Amino acid sequence: MTTLTPTKDVLPPPTERSTVLGWMKKNLFGSIGDSILTILGGAFLVWMIYTLIVWITTKAEWAVVTDNLQLFMKGQYPADADWRLWFLLFLLAVIVGLMWGIAIKRPTGAGWTLLIVPIVLAAWLFTLERSSWWRLLVIDVLAIIGYLLGKRYPSKLSRITYLLALLYMPIVILIVRGFGEDGFLFYVPTNLWGGLLLSLLLAIFAIVFSFPIGVLLALGRQSKLPAVKGLSVLYIELIRGVPLITLLFMGQLMLPLFLPAGITIDRVLRAIVAMIMFAAAYMAENVRGGLQSIPKGQYEAADAIGLSGWQKMVFIILPQALRAVIPVLVGQFIGLFKDTTLVALLGLLDLLGIARGVLANPNYIGRQLEVFTFIGLIYWVFSYGMSYGSQRLEAVLGVGER
Amino acid sequence: MTTLKKSDHAAVPFWRDERYLKIIIQVVVVVLVVLAAIYLVRNLLTGLEDLGIPLSFKFLGIESQFDIGESLIEYSRTSTYARALLVGILNTIKVSFLGIVFATIFGIIVGIARLSKNWLINKLAAIYVEALRNIPLLVFLIFLSTSVFHKLPRVNEALSAWGWAYLTNRGIYVVWPQPSAGWDVYKWFLLGSFIIGLIVAIIKYREGMRTGRMPLYWLWGMVVFVVLAVVSWFIALFIAGQPMYLDFPSLQGRNFKGGKSLTPEFMAIFTGLVVYTSAFIAEIVRAGIQAVSKGQREAATALGLSGFQTMRLVIFPQALRVIIPPMTSQYLNLTKNSSLAIAVGYPDLFAVGSTIINQAGRAVEVILIMMGVYLTFSLLTSLFMNWYNKHTRLVER
Repeated sequence: MTTLTPTKDVLPPPTERSTVLGWMKKNLFGSIGDSILTILGGAFLVWMIYTLIVWITTKAEWAVVTDNLQLFMKGQYPADADWRLWFLLFLLAVIVGLMWGIAIKRPTGAGWTLLIVPIVLAAWLFTLERSSWWRLLVIDVLAIIGYLLGKRYPSKLSRITYLLALLYMPIVILIVRGFGEDGFLFYVPTNLWGGLLLSLLLAIFAIVFSFPIGVLLALGRQSKLPAVKGLSVLYIELIRGVPLITLLFMGQLMLPLFLPAGITIDRVLRAIVAMIMFAAAYMAENVRGGLQSIPKGQYEAADAIGLSGWQKMVFIILPQALRAVIPVLVGQFIGLFKDTTLVALLGLLDLLGIARGVLANPNYIGRQLEVFTFIGLIYWVFSYGMSYGSQRLEAVLGVGER
Repeated sequence: MTTLKKSDHAAVPFWRDERYLKIIIQVVVVVLVVLAAIYLVRNLLTGLEDLGIPLSFKFLGIESQFDIGESLIEYSRTSTYARALLVGILNTIKVSFLGIVFATIFGIIVGIARLSKNWLINKLAAIYVEALRNIPLLVFLIFLSTSVFHKLPRVNEALSAWGWAYLTNRGIYVVWPQPSAGWDVYKWFLLGSFIIGLIVAIIKYREGMRTGRMPLYWLWGMVVFVVLAVVSWFIALFIAGQPMYLDFPSLQGRNFKGGKSLTPEFMAIFTGLVVYTSAFIAEIVRAGIQAVSKGQREAATALGLSGFQTMRLVIFPQALRVIIPPMTSQYLNLTKNSSLAIAVGYPDLFAVGSTIINQAGRAVEVILIMMGVYLTFSLLTSLFMNWYNKHTRLVER
C-alpha cells in the first residue's frame, strides 16, 4: 500500500509578488530599450503636465468662458423657455437612471461618474449663477430614483424605459421647437437656437430623420429590382463620395433655388436638410451591415411560413437587423455630433460658431486658447461619454451576441 | 358535380403576379424619381433665369482677379477661373497625398505603441488616441491655426533649430537641396544608381524565393543605391562641378529667403489632418494586429524568430488583410476632410471654389464641379485600395 507523501515539507510555488518596485521593473523597465522609452515618455508627460498646470493657474483667464456660459450653452434661446431644456435634462436623467437600474445590478465606475459630475458642476455653477445650481442636484436625485425604481421593478419598467429611450430624441425635437404662437410651449424659431443646444439638435435631427430614409435606402440596395437597387446605390455612393461641407454649401446656396418661388426656409433648416441627406447615406450603409448579419435561414423560414415580402421584412428581418446596428448608430450619432461643427463655416451659431463670435469680441482678444480648450473639452466629454456609455450598455445587454 | 373550368385556373390577377409586379414597381419608382428630378431642376433653372445667371460654364474662361496664397503651378490674378480651380485641385492633392503618407506612418507607430508591454508608452498612446478621436477635426484645425502656427514668434525673433530650420508666424523655413552646375549630369547617374539598386534587390528577392532563405533584399538594394549615388557624386563633381548644394534659409530684410518655406496655413491643415487621422489609423492597426491569433505569435517564437522578425514576417502580413478595408475609408475621409482647409486659409479646391462663388456668383456650377472632383478622388482612391487589397489577398495562398 502506498502512502501519500505529506505535502507539509513541499514549498509552495513562488508567488509573483506585486510590489511597486516589482511592477515597475516588469512594466516599465523590462529591458534597456524599454527603460529609455519610459524615461523619455515620463519626461514628456511631466513637461506636459507642468506646462498645463502653469498655464491653467497663472496665464489663463477664464472670464471669457464664465461671462458667456449662457451663450455657449444655448445661444439666443429665450430665457422663458429655459425650463424646457431643464425638463429634457430631467427626463434624460430618469431614463439613464432607469436603464442603469434595470441593466446593471450594482453601481459601477461609470455610474458613480455620472452622479459625481453633476455635483461637481453644480458646485462650480454655484459660484457663477446662484439660480440654477439646484437643478443639477435634481438631476442626480432623479437619476437615483430612476435607478432604485429600475432595480426594484426591472421587468415591469423595462418595456416603458426602452420605449422612452427610443422616443427621447423625437421628444426633444418637439419640446425644443414648440408649437403655436404663444401658450406654454410657444414656437421658438430655429434661428434662435444656438450653442451646444444647436449642435446637439442638429445631430438629433439628422439621426432621427435619416433613420427611415436610411432603412429604405438599405432595403433598396438589397433589392433584386435593378432600377430600385441602382438608384439607391447611386444616392449612397454620390453622398458618401463628397465632403459634408460641399453638401452644406449646396443646402445653403442651392436648396432655395430648388424650391418653387415664394417658399423660403431659414438657414438652420437648410443645414438640417443637408445633414439629413448626408446622414441618410451613412445610415443606409450601417443598416445594410445589420441586414447582412441576418443568417439566410431567417429569410427562408419566413418564406416557409408563407409571409409575404413585406411581412418578412417588417416582422422578421428588420427587427433583428436594427437591434444589431444599435451600437453602430451610437457611433454614427457621435460622428454627426462632431460633424455639426461644420455649420460654423456657414456662419451658423453652433458651439464652434459661438466660440468664434465670442473671440471676435474686442474684449476677449487673444483668448483663443481658453475658448478652444473649453469647447474642445465639451465635445470630448460628450463624445467620450456617449461611446463609453454605449460600450458599457452593449457589454451588459449583450447586443449583437444573441 | 362541378367541373373546373379553365378560366378558374388563370385566376392570379396581374397586380398580384410577381412578374408584372416587379416591372410595375420599378416603373413607378423610376417615374417618381425622374418627375421629382425634373421638377427640382426646372425650379432651379427658372430660379437662376430669374436671377439673371442662367446655368453656363462659360465663366470659367474669365480672369479670376484674385490672388491665391500658394500654388504648385504658375498662377496670377490675370489667370482664368478654370486655372484657379486647377490650383485648388492640385493643392488638395498635395495636402491629401502628404497627409495620407504621414498619417499612415504615424498611425502605425502609435498603433504599435498602443500594444506595447511598457505601461507608460501604452497609456500615452491610449491618451493620444482617445483625446483626438473625440474632438471635432474642425475645432482642432482652428485651434492649430490660431493658437499654434500663427502664434509662433515673429520673423525677427524666429525660433531656430541650429540654423537648419526656422519657425516663424509667417511660416516654417527648412534647409533644402538645390540643384547646381553638376545636376544635369548627376541626375542621370542618380537614375542609373536607382535602377541598379532595384535590379540588385529583385535578384536577391528571386534568390530568396528560390533557396527559401530570404536575404534582406530591400537593404541590399538600398545599400547598392546609396554607394553608387555617393560614388557618382564625386564623378559628377569631377566632370561638371557640384551637383547640388544645401540652401540654408536666412533672414534677408524683413523675411526669410532660401530653403523650403511652408506656410502656416499649409502646416495647420497638414498637421491637423495627419495627427487627427493617425489616431483613427492607430486604432485600426491595433485591432488588426490583435485580430491575428495568438498561436501565430507563439509559433513564430517557437521557430526562433526575433520580435522584429515575428512582427514583420508573421503578424503584419496577416494583420494587413484586416487593416486595409477600414484604412481605405480613413484615406477617403482624409481626402474629404481636406476640404476643411477653408477654415485655416489654405487654398484647396473648396476654398478656391467658395471664393469663386462669392466673386462670380456661380454657386450651382462651382458646387457641381467641386462635387465631381471630390467624387473622382474618392473613386480613384477606392479603386487603388481595392487593387491593393486584392494584391495582399493573393499573397495569402
